[in-house]
Amino acid sequence: MADVRLKGLSKTFNKRLAVDDLSLDIRHGEFFVLLGPTGAGKTTTLRLIAGLERPDKGSVSIGGRDVTHSEPAERDCAFVFQQYSLYPHLTVYDNLAFPLKSPLRRLSKEDIDVRVREVAETVHISHKLDSKATQLSGGEMQRVGIGRALVRRPNIYLMDEPLSSLDARLRSDLRLELKRIQQDTGATLLYVTHDQIEAMTMASRIGILENGRLVQCGTPREIYENPASVYVATRLGTPRINLLPAGVIPAGSEPTGTSVIGVRTEHVVLGDPSSSASKARIGKVERLGDQTFLHVDVEGHKLVLLADPHVALEADRAVGLSLRAPLFFAADGARIHAGQEARQ
Amino acid sequence: MPALSTAHSVVAPSSTSRWIAGTIVITYAVITMIPLVWIVLTSFKTPPDSIAYPPKVVFEPTLEGYCNLFTTRTRQPPEYIASLPPAEDVCDEIARSRNMVIAGPSNVVPRFVNSIVIAFGSTFLAVLLGTLAAYGFSRFKVPLKDDLLFFILSTRMMPPVAVAIPIYLMYRELGLTDSRLGMILLYTAVNVSLAVWLLKGFIDEIPREYEDAAMVDGYTRLQAFRLTVLPQAATGIAATAIFCLIFAWNEYAFAVLLTSGEAQTMPPFIPFIIGEGGQDWPAVSAATTLFLVPIFVFTILLRKHLLRGITFGAVRK
Repeated sequence: MADVRLKGLSKTFNKRLAVDDLSLDIRHGEFFVLLGPTGAGKTTTLRLIAGLERPDKGSVSIGGRDVTHSEPAERDCAFVFQQYSLYPHLTVYDNLAFPLKSPLRRLSKEDIDVRVREVAETVHISHKLDSKATQLSGGEMQRVGIGRALVRRPNIYLMDEPLSSLDARLRSDLRLELKRIQQDTGATLLYVTHDQIEAMTMASRIGILENGRLVQCGTPREIYENPASVYVATRLGTPRINLLPAGVIPAGSEPTGTSVIGVRTEHVVLGDPSSSASKARIGKVERLGDQTFLHVDVEGHKLVLLADPHVALEADRAVGLSLRAPLFFAADGARIHAGQEARQ
Repeated sequence: MPALSTAHSVVAPSSTSRWIAGTIVITYAVITMIPLVWIVLTSFKTPPDSIAYPPKVVFEPTLEGYCNLFTTRTRQPPEYIASLPPAEDVCDEIARSRNMVIAGPSNVVPRFVNSIVIAFGSTFLAVLLGTLAAYGFSRFKVPLKDDLLFFILSTRMMPPVAVAIPIYLMYRELGLTDSRLGMILLYTAVNVSLAVWLLKGFIDEIPREYEDAAMVDGYTRLQAFRLTVLPQAATGIAATAIFCLIFAWNEYAFAVLLTSGEAQTMPPFIPFIIGEGGQDWPAVSAATTLFLVPIFVFTILLRKHLLRGITFGAVRK
C-alpha cells in the first residue's frame, strides 16, 4: 500500500482536453472517490495512474516513486473495469489466478491456490470456481472482477465504475461489501463513479471533476454542505439542488454579486402563507414509496423538495415559504459565502 | 410419445416453411455435389467407360485410375508379358491386362508433397503476419493507418495474375522460380492482405480491456496479446486460415507460370496426366479426388470455428 500523488497531469485526446492540470494526493489507506458526469475525465485519470495512458504533461508517483514513464506492469496497481474484465476463455479460478501467474511474481502453485481460495471466499464465489467466466451472472462476474483485484496486494486499487452495470439491489450489497473489504484490508482505493450515492456512502474523501479539472476535494459532508460552485452543488443530493435567480424569494442577508441561490430541502421552511417570506403553491406530490417529492411553485419557478411521508399534503394548496441559510452563487457559478463579496 | 406442442410461435418457422427451406437447401446441395460425385465416380472407371457416350452411371469399378496416377508404364509385347512371373499386386495385373508393365512411380507423390508444403506453409505465414499486423492496426496509433489499410486491400483489387509477368521476371532474377520458398512467399504475399482485413475485424471485436487488465496485472503487451487476444481470436484465425489455405491450395495460374518441376504443385500437374492416346480421365479424376482430401479434412476439423467465424460480428452484443 502506498500513497499516490498526481502533479499537474494533462492528457489530450484528438485535441480535446480530457484531463486538465490535475493535481491530487491520495493518502495511504484512503477510500478516494472521483465523482463526475460522463466525459469529465474520471476514467482517463485512472488509466493515467495505471499507466494505460501516457500523460502529455505532469507526473504520477506511487509510494514516493515517480512512475510517469513506467510500464503498467511495473506500477503494481490493480484495476477493476466497468465491464469486460473477465477473460471469457478461462474459468473463474483461472481468472482469479491470472494476476498471480504473472512472470513478474514467480509464485508457487500452492501459494496461488491458497490466495485464490481465500479471495473467492471474500467475494462469495467459492462455489463457482470451476465455471467458465461466461456462465456467471452480471453480479457474479463483477464480484470475480473485484476478486481479481483483491487477489494481489497492490499499491493501490483502481476501480472504474465497477458497480454501474449491476442492478440496484446488487449494487447496494456490493457497495457495503467493498467498503468492508477496504476497511478490513486497509487498502488504498481510488474509485471512479458518477453515482452520488456510491460516493457518499463509501468515500473517505471525494474529488469532483468537471471537464478534466478537479474542482473540489473533501469529505462527503464537506462537499455536500459546503460546495465550491453550482456545479459541485448539483452533483450531490436527491432531489437535485434547486437553483433560483436571486431575489425570487427574499433570502435575508444576500451577499452582493449573488445571481443564483441554491436551495435544498433543508434550506426551506414551509409554513403559513401569511407569516412567510413568500407565497407558494404545492404543485404535485410525488410519492416514490420511501421518499416523497414535493413540487412547489414560487413566482413561476419550480422547486422540488423532499417531504416527510407522514405529513398529509394535498396538491394545489397555498403555502408560505422562507429560506434558511441557502447557498449563494455568483454569475460564473462560484460560491459566495454570506458576508463576502463576489470575486470580480 | 409426447403430444406435439400446439402452441403457435411467432418467431419459430412453421412446418411448411421449414419444409420448403429444407427442400431448397437439399436441391442446392445436390446440384453442387453432382460434379464432385461425378469426379469421384470417374476415378473408379476404366478409360473407355470414362468417355463413353451416353455417360455410364452404372459401371464396374476398377482401381485403374489410381494405379495409372501413381505409376508410369511401358507397352510391351504380349510374349514378354507372358514370360513374366505372376503379377505382384492389383496395379501390376491391370497394367498387364493392357499389355503394359509398370516402369516406376509417377511424379504425383512429390507434387502432392509440394502442394502440402507450399499451401500450409504460406497459410501459416500469412495468418501469423496477418494476426500481428491486424493487432497493430487494431490497437495502435499507426501513422496513415487508413491509407495503409487501403493500400493493403488494394493489392487485391486486381487479379493477382495481372502482375504475373513482373513477378516472373523478378523471380527469375532472384532465382526463386520453381522453388518451394518462392511459391510460399508469393502465396503469403497474396493472402496476407486478406488475412489482415479479416483478422482486424475479429480483433476489433475483442475489447481492449482484456489486454489492459492483463498489463496492469503484470504482463507485457506481447504476453497479454498471447494470453488474452489470441485465445479469443481463435475463431477468426481458424476462418482466415481456411480461406488462405483454399486459395493457396487451388491456385493455378502462378503455379503454371512459376513452377515446372521441383516445386510444381498439384493444380498444374493434374491436367497434364496423359495416358496413351490422350488425357487419362480416370487418373485425372483420381488425382482430383485425392487432392480434395486434405482441404476436406482441414475444413471439417475447423468447421465449428468456420461457422462461427464467418457470421462473427454480424450481431452487436
